[in-house]
Amino acid sequence: MRHLMNPLDFSVEELDRLFDLANRIEKDPARYAHACDGKKLATCFYEPSTRTRLSFEAAMLNLGGQVLGFSDAASSSAAKGESVSDTIRIISCYADICAMRHPKEGAPMVAAERSGIPVINAGDGGHQHPTQTLTDLLTIRSLKGRLGSFTIGLCGDLKFGRTVHSLINALIRYTDIRFIFISPAELKVPDYITDMLTEKNIPYEEVIRLEDCMPDLDLLYMTRVQKERFFNEEDYVRLKDFYILDKTKLSAAKGDMLVLHPLPRVNEISVEVDDDPRAVYFKQAQYGVYVRMALILTLLGIEN
Amino acid sequence: MLNVGKIEEGFVLDHIEAGKSLEIYHHLKLDKLDCTVAIIKNARSNKMGKKDILKVECDVNTLNLDILAVIDHNITVNVIKDGEIVDKKELVLPREIHNVLKCKNPRCITSIEQELPHIFVLADEEKEIYRCKYCEEKAGNSFTW
Repeated sequence: MRHLMNPLDFSVEELDRLFDLANRIEKDPARYAHACDGKKLATCFYEPSTRTRLSFEAAMLNLGGQVLGFSDAASSSAAKGESVSDTIRIISCYADICAMRHPKEGAPMVAAERSGIPVINAGDGGHQHPTQTLTDLLTIRSLKGRLGSFTIGLCGDLKFGRTVHSLINALIRYTDIRFIFISPAELKVPDYITDMLTEKNIPYEEVIRLEDCMPDLDLLYMTRVQKERFFNEEDYVRLKDFYILDKTKLSAAKGDMLVLHPLPRVNEISVEVDDDPRAVYFKQAQYGVYVRMALILTLLGIEN
Repeated sequence: MLNVGKIEEGFVLDHIEAGKSLEIYHHLKLDKLDCTVAIIKNARSNKMGKKDILKVECDVNTLNLDILAVIDHNITVNVIKDGEIVDKKELVLPREIHNVLKCKNPRCITSIEQELPHIFVLADEEKEIYRCKYCEEKAGNSFTW
């Protein structure tokens, strides 16, 4: 039985098969509308995350399956002190597959060890959020036509951003990728990542301003710069505009560059950018559903 | 000069960093064994200046010494039979360590579910880095028992 804990759990070849399936679903959703008839997905969310939960639920409903679950720890038996191990043993009796979100790191792995059904990590604290990374990869592959041979700019909070670290780790398995890290000094990508890139001979640059690299980019992955990450208000006010994408900054970009964002955005992408064909962050949310559909089918052994 | 007698069967753990012998005594769970143990602290050493030595009189098959490699791979393990050194055991880093190191990450699931084992997995053999199986936090230098 397979589980998904980490985006690297799947080999590059397995990911190719998963993404091929997601693209087949995208082209002909009706063909898969009853693929999971009679199957149930349990969404065990120990902390609220409406978008991720709804994306999983939409994925299962699109496949003809049903969903059950809870959306925060207070409404689950965890409030009575039940362990994750006990909960998953019970859920295994009720459902065919489980998506688990938990504020504690490693909780879905504990569940997977005791589970009788496949478990998908739907986010465990600041640790992993593999379906977000799969969503990012599928979006790039579908809209760029390839995973590799591009320059990607990652912008915003690169120090604490879990999605950014996972995406870098997933992308280094492909060839001819150049990274440009765009962040204030306070939120630079951690040394262990730049050390790893140097060791693997993967080219990267670190710049302070978005304008410094815009014409070079094939992809721009935006993330939020949170005020509370700064030591003082003065630095925040001085730097925050460098990391807001607006029409003026975007005008310097290539015509086929794509702008991605894991969402939710606050103000780091101006709404005036939304209508630009290069802004694909809402399409990215749609690809999130397709990739979760493909994942459910794969882990249940229905396809692939 | 203090003299401690020879042992007939067991191990002599030599070249232990001075002051670490008690930590090793606990990690090897020697307090649970009904055997003779000599703990020699601050013995003179040409190589190290000062060192600790542990002599354990026991059946050589009863003791799992894997954890020694994690604590200090410079320790020399002499295997004794019939009062003589018959082998010098090479220390190999174990792939997994169970319930020796404790995960210190307050965000780890092991911090709230007390019955879970604390398992560390060898993530980088060259750099001797272990990571928590659940949260992947790097093991620190402080050991616990």
